[in-house]
Amino acid sequence: MIAAAEVHVAIELTVNARPASFAGDPSMPLLWYLRDHAHLTGTKFGCGIGYCGACTVHVDGVAVRACVTPMSALSGRTVITIEGLAHGGALHAVQQAWIEEDVPQCGYCQAGQIMAAVDLLKRKSAPTDADIATLTNLCRCGTYPRIRKAIRRAAAQLNAART
Amino acid sequence: MSVVNALSAASAVSAASGPSAAGAAGAVSGRHALTRREFLQVSASAAGGLVVSLVMPPLAAAEGAAPPKLPAAVNQPLGSFVRIEPDGRIVIGARGCEIGQGVRTSLPMLIAEELDVPWSAVTVEQLPYGLIASPDPPGLASRYGPQGAGGSTSIPDAWHELRQVGARARWLLVQAAAQVWQQSAAALRTEDAQVAHPDGRRLSYARLAQRAAALTPPDGDVPMKDKSAYHIIGHPTRVADGRDIVTGVAAYGIDAALPGALTVLIARCPYFDGSLGELDDSEARRIPGVRQVVTIPPPRAGAPLDRNLAAGVAVIADDFWSAHRGREALRIRWTAGPGAKDSSAALEQRAAAAFGKGGLIARQDGDFAAARRTAARIVERTYIEPFLAHATMEPPNALIDLKANRALLVASLQSPGDASRMINAMTGIPRPDIEIRLPRTGGGFGRRLQNDFVAEAVLVAQKAGVPLKVLWTREDDLQNDFYRPFGVHRLSAALDATGRVTGWSHRVAATARKWRAAGMEDETDWIGCVDRDGFPAGCVENYVAEFLPVDFQLARGWWRAPLPTFAAFPIESFLDEVAHESRQDPLALRFALLGAPRELDYRDHGGPKLHTGRLAEVLRQAARAIGYGRKLPPRHGVGLASHFTHGGYAAHAIEVAVSEHGELDIVRCVCAADVGAIVNPLGLDAQFMGGTVDGLSTALSLEITVKAGRVQQANFPDYPLMRMARAPDVEVHLIESGFPPSGSGEMGIPPVAPALVNAIFAASAVRLRRLPIGAQLKGVSRQSRAVS
Repeated sequence: MIAAAEVHVAIELTVNARPASFAGDPSMPLLWYLRDHAHLTGTKFGCGIGYCGACTVHVDGVAVRACVTPMSALSGRTVITIEGLAHGGALHAVQQAWIEEDVPQCGYCQAGQIMAAVDLLKRKSAPTDADIATLTNLCRCGTYPRIRKAIRRAAAQLNAART
Repeated sequence: MSVVNALSAASAVSAASGPSAAGAAGAVSGRHALTRREFLQVSASAAGGLVVSLVMPPLAAAEGAAPPKLPAAVNQPLGSFVRIEPDGRIVIGARGCEIGQGVRTSLPMLIAEELDVPWSAVTVEQLPYGLIASPDPPGLASRYGPQGAGGSTSIPDAWHELRQVGARARWLLVQAAAQVWQQSAAALRTEDAQVAHPDGRRLSYARLAQRAAALTPPDGDVPMKDKSAYHIIGHPTRVADGRDIVTGVAAYGIDAALPGALTVLIARCPYFDGSLGELDDSEARRIPGVRQVVTIPPPRAGAPLDRNLAAGVAVIADDFWSAHRGREALRIRWTAGPGAKDSSAALEQRAAAAFGKGGLIARQDGDFAAARRTAARIVERTYIEPFLAHATMEPPNALIDLKANRALLVASLQSPGDASRMINAMTGIPRPDIEIRLPRTGGGFGRRLQNDFVAEAVLVAQKAGVPLKVLWTREDDLQNDFYRPFGVHRLSAALDATGRVTGWSHRVAATARKWRAAGMEDETDWIGCVDRDGFPAGCVENYVAEFLPVDFQLARGWWRAPLPTFAAFPIESFLDEVAHESRQDPLALRFALLGAPRELDYRDHGGPKLHTGRLAEVLRQAARAIGYGRKLPPRHGVGLASHFTHGGYAAHAIEVAVSEHGELDIVRCVCAADVGAIVNPLGLDAQFMGGTVDGLSTALSLEITVKAGRVQQANFPDYPLMRMARAPDVEVHLIESGFPPSGSGEMGIPPVAPALVNAIFAASAVRLRRLPIGAQLKGVSRQSRAVS
């Protein structure tokens, strides 16, 4: 889609366990590479300034805001999006908890919420309310109380699976 | 590849947990909606039924893989909403715009209940906008009935109609079984997607579907279940497409794709009624990926705002990033409009001055002036509410493909009927040839009752001649909204020596909602600004409600529970103040005013009646749940408020703590609601939980202001929606009142702000009369210490 007039060194990266290559403008944010070029539209646009978290994905296992992460920073990196979170049809415990607690309303922010929650649970296996309160993703529908319950449910399930 | 198949759009969602892709669908407006009888005839005669389009999953374009997940329809549909597949899958069409209010779940539940099938066997399929040509005047027919989302009407509109849809399909299946068995239909019953013979034999719906589809449905209604037999309605049911949402495959308008479609970003004039002065797009055109730059005209000065909101320069490019770079490279000089020097500060002065003049009397009972003259005590207070933006998480967008004689629109919408009319008016394309698909919508809140972004897409497409998708950034969204009106409320109460309220005056100086609104010619001048018949109207013998319109250059629109939210804050705050001033308990004063349970006339949306007993009951339940009257820790306080909203009743009881330093802690949040018959208690809980959080978020932090003719807020840091850290849990108590259902998407907000400030007063002896609360609490706390 990028015009031939602008030639850049290809950036090689891994997206959802598959190799990917991008030869466009290296200043393009990862969000728009994912949405417009990789056709992975589960990652959402909300603010474009890294504030709302709707675009949260994992880069090398850590949550980042894709709307302010340029492609130039992703050479050799591994990106996981919401589409790549489940393994072989088996949902991640956080996704399953989101369904069981019936979290989504409009659902638009939830991919980012889930990616942020998965990241939190990697760092805090039994998160307190204060830990959960460090999540800064916005939800205009006000699903926060059910997100809290879903995170606690997922944490319990992940911990049970570990023991 | 045809246009239809190329869209990553229409498809199905499983009600249980099966895999699926998400869909595009449609809606209709009331103006062209048929009577129920006509509608059922159309439904029954429409051939083809549910449209099953091939699905292109998100990765397909990149990988060229993934076959369609749904088998092609084999069986004929039973009416327009139900198809039963040979494998036993029950496919039910969802007609509404899903904006987060849960209609993609709750509306199919109504059908499934009367069809008498297990919910786990149901696959929900989003329907497109269903306008078809008809031989009868006006030449158009609504295939699915009301499809828009606004005013919390989806459930009340559907309550009888969609249960009948299910019951009629079941009726056909029973008739088919009666034919097979040569048995009277009256002796047969249904259960578990089967028809049961008295001798124990059974025939599955799947085996009967083809025969049933060939039968003629009866005129008029068929019998429906007794509610004691309900196994779906009234039972907690998760959102039908939850799995699609959590796996990222649910498609929203912003995700719609079409081969060859270009991406458009528009630089809009920041001055209301301004225009394009000079444009230099030479640099923008040099950005790789930028294909065209076109201009779009402003609305005609002073004319109704029925198209786009602003003059603009549209950059048409291969993708978002090149469009963004192109837009950044534009050099534009805008010509300011007539409001170029105006500001929120000046508006507030004009509103204050308006009270010196007479306004429009919206309602008058008895003689307030006389009651005031003879009162033992008079209480007067002023409250201020700001402009609000909608800030849907998914910014506006529209994908359009204009051909000579037909059009395709895929967008996140709330009013596809209006979109259809607008495209028809702008292009001349007959409405039945305008295909509108409705993907999931990332929040509505009233923003998408306006289709200005669709108008932009049409204007750009007419010039560019290619299919394209207009995207909005957050800055575009916050600065080009139809804002909830600004208002100053002055309330006066006259009390006799016993503390009885003998007179009530509510004067509202506000930016009229009706100002330059399209299609509102027949509405009152105070629509959206004065709740003339809301409580305590009808409960005070001398009552006056008055409207004082104030000029300002900013578009206005409906914002979730528009009038109730605007009215509840001043009214319910003032009731609290009147109680404290006259040394009465705020709850007891409300009960005294509400009086005996009875119906009062209510002429605006949600009427025709307001039941005082139902309003009293939600207050009673909220007060009981929070333990109203119990001894509280120091610096804690409980506040109450209730409101009648669009036919439903809700009350909030909020406990807060206010520290010596003015730090506010929301300790507990209770909401009691009576919205009549309960379709999905889990969905209702979500709506009231979310509404409460929305109400708190808005009351605490949100306002839109104008300086030098421009909206000052640009992105979320300036319009800080509540985050997790501040959001309390919400205890929702649903009351089964036995009344028919109202909706539920809006009732959870109006009492929140007044309950909150009433609680703050109870905790700190300080009264907040201006929203948002913002930084006022700091000053308030000092004042509190000075008082105590």
